[in-house]
Amino acid sequence: MRPLRRQIKDHGAEAAQFRARAWLGLLATVVLLGVLGGRFWFLQVKSHQDFLARSEQNRIKPRPIVPARGLIFDRNGKLLADNVPAYRLEVVPEQVKDVEALLRELAAVLPLSEDELERFRAGYRAKRGFHPVPLKLRLSEAEVARFAVHRYRFPGVDVVPYLNRRYPYGDLFAHVVGYVGRIDADDMQSLDPVAYAGATHIGKGGIERHYESRLHGEVGFEQVEINAEGRSLRVLERQPARVGEHLTLSIDADLQQATVDAFQGQHGVAVAIDPRNGEVLAMVSLPSYDPNPFVNGIGRAEYAALLEAPARPLFNRVLMGGYEPGSTIKPILGLAGLELGLRRAEETTFSSGAFRLPGQEREYRDWRRGGHGHVDLKEALAQSVNTYFFQLAVDMGIDRLSTYAAQFGFGSPTGIDLPGEASGVLPSREWKHGRFAQPWYPGDTVNVGIGQGYWVATPLQLAQAVGMLAAGGKRHPLHLLAATQDGFDAARVPVPYAEPTESVVKNPANLAAVVEGMVAVMHGPTGSARAVALDAPYRIAGKTGTAQRVSRKTDQSLDPTKLEFSLRHQALFVAFAPADAPRIALMVVVEHGGSGTKAAAPVARRILDAWLLKNPT
Amino acid sequence: MNLHLFYRRWRSRIGPPRVDVPLLVALLLLIGTGLAVLHSAAAEQPRLVWSQAARMGAGLLALWVISRIPPQALRVWTPWLFAASLALLLLVPLFGTGRSGRHWLYLGLFYLQPSELLKLTVPLIVAAWLHARPLPPRWGSLAVCAALIGVPTALIAIQPDLGTALVVASSGAFVAFLGGMAWWRIGLLVSVAAAAAPLAWPFLREYHRKRFMTFLDPEADPLGAGWNIIQSKIAVGSGGLFGKGWGQGTQSRLEFLPEHTTDFIFAVLAEEFGLVGVLCVLALYLFVVARCLWIAMQARDTFSRLLAGAIGLTFLVYVLVNGGMVSGLLPVIGVPMPLLSYGGTSAVTLLAGFGIVMSVHAHRKLMRH
Repeated sequence: MRPLRRQIKDHGAEAAQFRARAWLGLLATVVLLGVLGGRFWFLQVKSHQDFLARSEQNRIKPRPIVPARGLIFDRNGKLLADNVPAYRLEVVPEQVKDVEALLRELAAVLPLSEDELERFRAGYRAKRGFHPVPLKLRLSEAEVARFAVHRYRFPGVDVVPYLNRRYPYGDLFAHVVGYVGRIDADDMQSLDPVAYAGATHIGKGGIERHYESRLHGEVGFEQVEINAEGRSLRVLERQPARVGEHLTLSIDADLQQATVDAFQGQHGVAVAIDPRNGEVLAMVSLPSYDPNPFVNGIGRAEYAALLEAPARPLFNRVLMGGYEPGSTIKPILGLAGLELGLRRAEETTFSSGAFRLPGQEREYRDWRRGGHGHVDLKEALAQSVNTYFFQLAVDMGIDRLSTYAAQFGFGSPTGIDLPGEASGVLPSREWKHGRFAQPWYPGDTVNVGIGQGYWVATPLQLAQAVGMLAAGGKRHPLHLLAATQDGFDAARVPVPYAEPTESVVKNPANLAAVVEGMVAVMHGPTGSARAVALDAPYRIAGKTGTAQRVSRKTDQSLDPTKLEFSLRHQALFVAFAPADAPRIALMVVVEHGGSGTKAAAPVARRILDAWLLKNPT
Repeated sequence: MNLHLFYRRWRSRIGPPRVDVPLLVALLLLIGTGLAVLHSAAAEQPRLVWSQAARMGAGLLALWVISRIPPQALRVWTPWLFAASLALLLLVPLFGTGRSGRHWLYLGLFYLQPSELLKLTVPLIVAAWLHARPLPPRWGSLAVCAALIGVPTALIAIQPDLGTALVVASSGAFVAFLGGMAWWRIGLLVSVAAAAAPLAWPFLREYHRKRFMTFLDPEADPLGAGWNIIQSKIAVGSGGLFGKGWGQGTQSRLEFLPEHTTDFIFAVLAEEFGLVGVLCVLALYLFVVARCLWIAMQARDTFSRLLAGAIGLTFLVYVLVNGGMVSGLLPVIGVPMPLLSYGGTSAVTLLAGFGIVMSVHAHRKLMRH
């Protein structure tokens, strides 16, 4: 037994063998645990700063605080653009598994329009990080309550308060104040992502756009501790947002309303300014539109209707409209004649009813068949005698005429504080060559003499030019912004107006003669608009104009009221009052209104009354 | 009085109560640490701590009971225990349930994970086999060992549960190693296994492959597959030398760290108690392993010796695999951190294993006489 057992088992040797292996195992244990400990040392001591930073990045997210947008007031403190607390429905994409199912279930609780769904899906596709995507804006109180009841069914969906822009006057200021709209993909390209962090809206037109940087304010930030689901747990640090500046405009809401009323439903443009400082008092482009639906995205059909309306309500005629100035240009050309020494005020020109360039067959006509006889400057203005100005323009030549008109701001933007201003066309030799590659013909000069033939003026240019006549030839740059206020507690600080330019008039007597002629238009026995000024308690200096849509080749007179509506003339009128100490200068265009005398002058009279009778000083 | 008499008779039959106090203290310290970390990691579910404490109580009871059983008795029962556990394992594919594969058997009262039982019965059966054979083992004897280890390992691996399979295989392999398996044989087997490893690739489940690729390059998919490893490393690294403090670990509290009560609880410990805490716990683990080996050396019987040594070294495998995973040294394999991770069956099996070690310790002198 014993030898056999020895062969099989040797207890002593086995124990020794085991001991050796056990010691080896212990050594391996020490080495391997040492390696593991070394690894932890590497992570926790060597790379500690790096991982600490990453852990903080995990847990702390900066969250923007969107500043409240600055408010916009008229000159009397009436609110033109307001912020109204509202609620919107937001979805945090990370917390939603099946979006379409969510939308289906939500639709049973809250009505969701096709437009809203489409916009949400677009926003959902462009989602970034934990940013919520708005689904439905401006929830009613009933909708907020209804959602609150069902909220537990919709994780990741929440009702969030925000400030909604509102334009209390609706369509009255659409072409002045403009509107804000949702930030779209194009805006994102050009926006500073920090300054606009969390922002949803941006100025899309008018004052809202021009003064975007002032109205927007400064974004604030808070450091929020979040968990892995992105839910914020507490605010660690907070830098509040700075509210945007409140802007006070020079515009007068009452005058604006009176101006719209003065049109009595006709379409057209009116700009009223204070010639003493360039303040715009009223600025109307008719028809207009309600900007409120644009704030949160106007419906497709609604937008198409506005876009395709023949009267073009979305078109800002004040800024972008171009009109043949017609006879409203005559005071300036008359002044040019005096200033350039081509005429004396009392010098007469004979009007036979038809003007012919030497050696040419074509006749340029006066509006009165048979002509006006011998007329001096005053009569030429009062009766709007074309021949006087045909001859004057020919004597002056296009180069001098064009240069002189440019001094009154024609052919270039006025620089008003609104975006997208057109520059119109001041015809000149160079312009025609560049535009049509054609030489300048003498006949062109004749037409330009009565504000026709290529000449395109914007309403702002006409208002500015008549304002210069009222202000002794000085140009006060046009502007809307009158004062700013940095928060509600701050004082209202007037905006320093730009200094007026040197007067373009060399001899004030020349200007006086022209103004006398403009007064004669309104108050003279032969004045073309004397019917309009009959009972006026103040003296008006004005000039009518009728821009033709169809040219009159023969001497048959056209009755504008019998023409097809869209072919009717544009009725123009420029004026300032009181004539001796002007406090308001304005221009009016009544589109397709027939003659300036019959259509535009009465509108202007109503505007002047609204301002001067209410503001006696 | 009757009870006292009964106790004396019972005591004289199974011998004096001699648990190894240093080992017990080390285990209790680890359990206490585990519950403390769990208290922080499971901040939203305080009842987890209580249920874990209850499991630990059950485990300690198992430890105490098993420590009463003489190793000889255990050796006699071993074939039956092994057969029973293997039978249960075979039932799993038929009646088992589980989230990602079939792991659990429902036994009417509670769920049982038969693969956990194999963590004990495999070293038992291998030790019992080698006990009766001349050592060091030769090929013939090793072939039996390979079958005893390989069959349950394969059954567990296809469940699939690679972590448990790894632990079961190594527990058996350690017995062979401690039994004096010749180095050239070990070298040969390891080289063959290494050469065959790529062949296993097609048999791996998709998510295992993904885990392995993720381990190689966790930043490739930081929000998906790489999330666990990255967040775990951030938790560990941000803890620094002294940690963020108990209950102050932002990675786990804010749930950036997934599985922070189970597989990744060691990252919570590292985050809140820093390198100092990590080294203290690793020192405790080292002590436990060393103590097991020391107890094994005291045992005079081959079976007891191999078993106690293998149980100690298997414990090390848990620590290395889990610690390596948490610190990004090893791929994500579902092996818990022993006595720290939340989870029932493994804690009970572990403590039962230490019961065997305690029994070996308690009966060393009896064997000597």
